[in-house]
Parts: sequence; C-alpha cells; structure tokens
Amino acid sequence: MRGRSFLLGAGLSALFVLAALVSLVWTPYDIEVLDIPAKLQPPSAAHWFGTDHFGRDILSMILVGARTSLAVALLAVGIGMALGIPLGLAAAARRGGWLDEVIMRGNDLIFAFPSLVIAILITAVFGAGAANAIIAIGIFNIPVFARLSRGAALGLWQRDFILMARVCGKSSARISAEHILPNIASLMIVQGTIQFSLGILAEAGLSYVGLGAQPPTPSWGRMLADAQTMVSLAPHLAIFPGMAIVLSVLGLNLLGDGLRDWLDPRLRVVRA
Amino acid sequence: MLRYALRRGLSLIVSLAVASAVIFLVIEVAPGDPASYMLGVNARPDTVAALRAELGLDVPKVERYLAWVGGMLSGDFGTSYAYRSPVAQMIADRLWVSLPLALYALALSTLVAFPVGLYAASRRGRAGDTAVMAATQVGIAIPNFWFAMLAVLVFAITLRWLPAGGFPGWDKGIGGGIKALTLPAVALALPQAAILARIMRSALIDMLGEDFIRTARAKGLTRRQVLWRHALRNALIPVLTILGLQFSFLLAGAIIIEQVFYLPGLGRLVFQSIAQRDLIVVESVVMLLVCAVIVVNFAVDLAYAAVDPRLRARA
Repeated sequence: MRGRSFLLGAGLSALFVLAALVSLVWTPYDIEVLDIPAKLQPPSAAHWFGTDHFGRDILSMILVGARTSLAVALLAVGIGMALGIPLGLAAAARRGGWLDEVIMRGNDLIFAFPSLVIAILITAVFGAGAANAIIAIGIFNIPVFARLSRGAALGLWQRDFILMARVCGKSSARISAEHILPNIASLMIVQGTIQFSLGILAEAGLSYVGLGAQPPTPSWGRMLADAQTMVSLAPHLAIFPGMAIVLSVLGLNLLGDGLRDWLDPRLRVVRA
Repeated sequence: MLRYALRRGLSLIVSLAVASAVIFLVIEVAPGDPASYMLGVNARPDTVAALRAELGLDVPKVERYLAWVGGMLSGDFGTSYAYRSPVAQMIADRLWVSLPLALYALALSTLVAFPVGLYAASRRGRAGDTAVMAATQVGIAIPNFWFAMLAVLVFAITLRWLPAGGFPGWDKGIGGGIKALTLPAVALALPQAAILARIMRSALIDMLGEDFIRTARAKGLTRRQVLWRHALRNALIPVLTILGLQFSFLLAGAIIIEQVFYLPGLGRLVFQSIAQRDLIVVESVVMLLVCAVIVVNFAVDLAYAAVDPRLRARA
C-alpha cells in the first residue's frame, strides 16, 4: 500500500515537472494566438480539454501554467531553504545563546501571521506579479526550515562524531557545514516537497485573486478566476485547471510521505 | 499557573508590538502616495500637500505610528482616506459576515473531522482507515476556492438549493444569512476538516500506544471504552492546539472564499482598499487579523497549560 502511494506520488510529480518542461519547447496550440470563432468549445479530439473564451486551447494553457506553478513554488522553497537552514544551524550551534533566542522568537513571530494575509499585503503593496508572489510565499518557508533544521541539528550536536570534530579544532560553522548539514539533508528534502506542494496551492490562491503572475502569463489560479463567470456555460474551464492543481499537490504530498518512510521511518515532518 | 500566564502575556504584548511595527513599516514603504492617488495625475502640488496635511500624512512617521497604535487601543482605527468614514465602523460591518463565516466553517470542520478521525483510528490499518486516509489526502490537495466553484455549479446553478453568491444581510432574517454562508463555509471547511481528521487520528493512535491504555485494557475495559474514555480525552490536547492554528487559516481562507461568493466581508474590504490605495484600512484589517491569531493562540496556550500542568513547568 505504502509503496503504491509512493509510486503514484512520484508519477504525478514527474508528470507535473514534465508538463512544465515540455511547455518550454512545445504545446499543442500557440496560447498567444486568439481564435475567437473556436471559443468555449467543450473537450474534443482537436482540443482535449476544450477552449476558453478567447478560443485558446486549455491543455496548452495548463502546460504553460505548470511552468508558472513550478517556478514560483520552487523558488519559494529555495528562499526558505537558503535562509532558513543556515539560521536553524546557527541557532543550534549557539544553543541557548542570544542568537538562538532571537532566531527562534523571530520564527514564532512569522508563524503568528496568517500567511495568506501577509502574502496579500506584500503583493498588494509592492505590486502584483510572480516575483512578489515568490517572496511572499518564500518568507513563510523560512521559519519552517529554520525550526526543523534547528531541531534536527540539536540532536546531532550531542553525538560523538561531532565531539570528535570539535576535538580536532573545527569551528562550529565548519562543523555545521561539513557534518551537520549532510546529516539533515534528507529531512530537508522531504520537508521541501511538502512546502513545494503548499507553494503550488498558495500560488494558485494568489493568482486567483489577481495578485500572482499577471496576464498574459498563464497560471492555474488565474485560469480559474477567468472561468468563474462562465462556469455554468462551460464547466470544463474550471474543471481541468483545478484538476491540474489537485493532482500536482496530491502527487507531491504522496511523494514526500513516501520519501520520508523510505529514508527514515522515524523522521517526523512538521506539516504546517 | 499565574506566573506562566503572566510570562505568556508579556510575550503576547511584545508580539503584538512587533507585528504592528512590521505592518506599519511595510505599508509606509509602499509606493504610491494616497493623497496624490486620490487627486489624480493632474493635481497641483499644493493641493496634494493640503490633502496630505488634512489626512495627517505630513506628520513624522514615528508620531503617526504611535497615534495609530494608540487610536486602535481606544477603538479608534482612524478615518478611511477614500470614504472619509471611520475605519472601525467599516470593519465592524464586514466582521458581521467574516466572523460568522469563519466560525461556521470551524464548527463544520470539527463536526466532520472528529467522528472521521475516531473512526479511522478505531479501524487502524483496515480498509475503512485506508479509505479515510486516501480521502483526506485528496481533501488537503483541493484548493478551497476551486471546490467552492464546483459546489456553486452543483448546488446553486444545477440543483438551485442554495444561493450562488451575495449576502442578504442579517436584518433580512437569520435564515437567509445562514443559507448564503452555507456553501462558503463548506468550501472553507473542507481542507481544514481533512487536516484535522488526520491529526485526530494520529493523536488517538499515539495515545493507544501508551501504557495507561494497556492498564485500562488490562483492568477489563473494552476497546471501545478505552478509546472513548481514555484515549479521546488525552488526544484532545494536541487537537485543540491545531484548532487554534486553524482559526488563522480560516480567516485567511475566508478572504479568498469571499471573492468566490461576492460576500461583503473583510476580504472584499481589503481588496477594495488595496485598489483604492486606502492604506489605512488595509493596515487596520491586517493588524486585526494578526491580532486575532496571536490572541487565539495565546488563549489556546493558556487552556493547554490549565489542562496539563507539565507544560507550565516546561515553559
């Protein structure tokens, strides 16, 4: 059972990444060409997922939308890891010191903010767009990785091999980089897939309310927003982009759970 | 307990102070001056300056921050730039939609998640459990606004059971209001119910592995009695914490769901104010939401400590 859901997760995730990559070189139709006579067509052999109100091919738009989702979520996870893990490692190395205290209180503070509200605030103030969406989502990934890496590193600092490294005269920064980091990497990757899936949902939400990637860049959330007024005439406009979101998020979650079980059954990943 | 409460209270105040400073700063560095926005591109500089003075925008930042915080503490949230009406009143009006919506959704998700989690835990590893776990995986992956659109399609457009959007107002009768909030609340509750059911299940399963459960079984209680009397009560502690956290997700989620159903709640107020660069409204609504989350989590922490003395010692 576990193995099967892992395979399903890996398959769906691969499909998502593949869709994004394929869209770079090929889509069934050019999404920048409007074909008004062919507007709002239901799914057919020519247009598998139908067409939108401008006659654009929904399948092609979903493929390109995957690229937007992937880029935003991946970069947001990157921000979280690049800033969160060093902070967590520094906090663990200076356990109980003022640095630890400052980092952890800062984390608590970010956690206290309702993430979506602040994401809306940031994109609203600095302008809507993919870049600000990435920053807004990324900020909330920082405390997730900081907290997790600190917790995992604290356990490692008690171990004998770290003591040996200290005896050898290595600085705590060097120990963190050379000995702690490789040992917590798998845990970070597992959490990364979970944050990645949350990032896809967040990006969809932001672009649904018009604060994500701006037209003409297609994004799944924006496709759903466009579909809203026409959903009774053409349900396929809402169904396919929504399915794309659900399957990608589901796939990444299953992949993350499976990876965790496979790498180390004892690992517990925090699900925010 | 008192010492613990005081200590947590102090950190609550610090959190609120820092949060308000952060929000104020973010809004301050926002490009676009409200006065020049309101007067348009052709306004003369002295007109803009006069309006800035009238809106109080020419006062130094620190003074303005202190006035904002001081005003909020006494219930005065300032005056909207765009509508020239008290922000507190605008927020209060919208709160009558958003707060019932969030509470409705919280009640729905709890009502669904508790029995489902209990059921899955009692059937651990069997077909029923597997089905529940699969369903909740899907539930977590569904964006609530998409689910809302599909629900409108089915229950409002096709079956015509419930309104597709809009809000009649509570003065037109409670029934109409509840009807208007039902689909939004269901959509809002779905992912939260899925998360809560999973947490309920794993908390129960953790408890079932404890020694005191074995003791209870050994003294002759049935599996069912143990589950209800001993495991459930102890599992409620982690579940309560999550419920507190979920409140923030519901408030945030409500902002998007309100867009789907054209509900005149806080979310619409925020988006409207952003579009009009009515930043004082945005500032106050965001502060209010953050404040609600911090205070709810504070209350949950206290309730937690009141129930479980071990936590007081640790903190």
